[in-house]
Amino acid sequence: MLEVTGLRVAYGGIQAVKSITLHVNEGEMVALIGANGAGKTSTLKAIARMLDAAGGDVHFAGEDITRLPAHAVLGRGIALVPEGRGVFPRLTVAENLAMGAYIRTDKAGMARDLEQVYSHFPRLKERAGQLAGTLSGGEQQMLAIGRALMGRPRLLLLDEPSMGLAPLMVQKIFEVIQAVAAQGMTILLVEQNARLALEVSQRAYVMEGGTIRHSGEAAELLTDARVRAAYLGE
Amino acid sequence: MRHPILRALLRLSRHKALLLLGGGAILLALPFVAMLGGQAWVRILDLAILYVFLALGLNIVVGFAGLLDLGYIAFYAVGAYTWALLASPHFGLHLPFWVILPIGALLACLFGVLLGAPTLRLRGDYLAIVTLGFGEIIRIFLNNLNAPVNITNGPQGITLIDPVKFGAFSFSSRTEIFGYTLVGPQKYYFLLLALCVLVVGINYRLQHSRIGRAWQAIREDEIAAKAVGIDTRNMKLLAFAMGASFGGIAGGIYAAMQGFVSPESFSLIESIMVLAMVVLGGMGHIPGVILGAVLLAVLPEALRFAVLPVQQALFGKVLVDPESLRMLIFGLALVLVMRFRPQGLWPSPERKRELLAGQEGRT
Repeated sequence: MLEVTGLRVAYGGIQAVKSITLHVNEGEMVALIGANGAGKTSTLKAIARMLDAAGGDVHFAGEDITRLPAHAVLGRGIALVPEGRGVFPRLTVAENLAMGAYIRTDKAGMARDLEQVYSHFPRLKERAGQLAGTLSGGEQQMLAIGRALMGRPRLLLLDEPSMGLAPLMVQKIFEVIQAVAAQGMTILLVEQNARLALEVSQRAYVMEGGTIRHSGEAAELLTDARVRAAYLGE
Repeated sequence: MRHPILRALLRLSRHKALLLLGGGAILLALPFVAMLGGQAWVRILDLAILYVFLALGLNIVVGFAGLLDLGYIAFYAVGAYTWALLASPHFGLHLPFWVILPIGALLACLFGVLLGAPTLRLRGDYLAIVTLGFGEIIRIFLNNLNAPVNITNGPQGITLIDPVKFGAFSFSSRTEIFGYTLVGPQKYYFLLLALCVLVVGINYRLQHSRIGRAWQAIREDEIAAKAVGIDTRNMKLLAFAMGASFGGIAGGIYAAMQGFVSPESFSLIESIMVLAMVVLGGMGHIPGVILGAVLLAVLPEALRFAVLPVQQALFGKVLVDPESLRMLIFGLALVLVMRFRPQGLWPSPERKRELLAGQEGRT
């Protein structure tokens, strides 16, 4: 479904991503793990067109989207949940969710998806009238995911959903991510919490210094001695 | 099918309908009441409405889209000079208003896009600095474009500008209607009022449209706005273009009303004045912006009338000239409002919500 070939991302003269190649199949959850500064977020941003690629190309569902404007990406079926949540702080929860469906016009479908989001995150329904900026970090992350789902994507790009959250909240968020995946959503997950990411994904890529070091089945990587030593703290 | 505006009016409660009717009646009677105090007061009213118009234009850029524009008066200048050049003896052109006004609006709109395009990636303070520079560049151009070819007549400005005219009906002369003599400023009042009602309507429609929602999203978080599929580039350009067009129209009417334009009417302080109206009244809230514009336009003028006699009575002579006192009081008022009502005098319910949320967070 998603094919990334030889993708490079550079900030000024510094190469953050040095020619990486990866793919995500339909219905799969794939994790992109690695230490801070490995280039995970840059890769994700380049796929979502928030950053320009310095080289290589990105194909989605057979279409070359490497030069697509950022706002057109959601229309193709790719939704990004940005790092640090990026909710609209001075809009209410309900308004944030409505904004997620900005490009849609099918009122009935939007209402159905809203119910779906509320059933994933009952907390959001309780807080529908509250300003997003006053939510806790975990609730904001829920809202960011919910808003992305309102765009009815086929591929969900999650950037560090566990960042800065209490362990209990992380667990809750990941339960929902798994539930969404179980309904057939294709997910590319960027995570620093390698163990958690490997536990929920089918496949994974391990990034280091802007390149992919290891890749394979998540279950195998979990038992791989090198990965365990470098990323799982053993 | 009934027209949507008509339907909206019919849906109003009796209370609101009465309020609307009463407000309308007061607005219509105002120039006749003001005339009792002399034509100068009607002129102040005219200026107040012109400022309402300008402030609502700037509100699109600053209030709706959240783009801090410190050079807004440049578009006003473009509109004013368009009118001045196309309807005065300076070039010997005397085009009718329905030709000039659209040209002025279009030119201002073009300048809006010219300013907007290179500043798309700037935000906050940086955008403010660039727009400030832009405003000054326009003014300096107007000041110096009298050589080698005399286009703007430089600092002397352009005089004998045609008034607004519908055929033989001129807005600057007296007219007898039902035995009452309407003076020029009164006629301009009604013209400006009609334009203002129009721009208020457009503002309301914009705010609750898809475009308005896109601007709201951009104001909140630009990356997230892109992620939900909003074309942030075009939407920001649209905000600049629309705001600029309103500025251009206001400028055209201003030139026609005064019969004279010169670069010094378009200084930085004017830009700041209009921005202060938007901020003081309540950014993004249409009634608030109107209140801010009326207050800041009328109070200093009223003060001018009060200051001289009061000083004469107290000290027997004039110690502080009214113009400098005006800036002093204006500055003080701004500081006080920002200290005690940072959301503006009449904020939108959302802004009030934010402030309450902020206070909850603190305690």
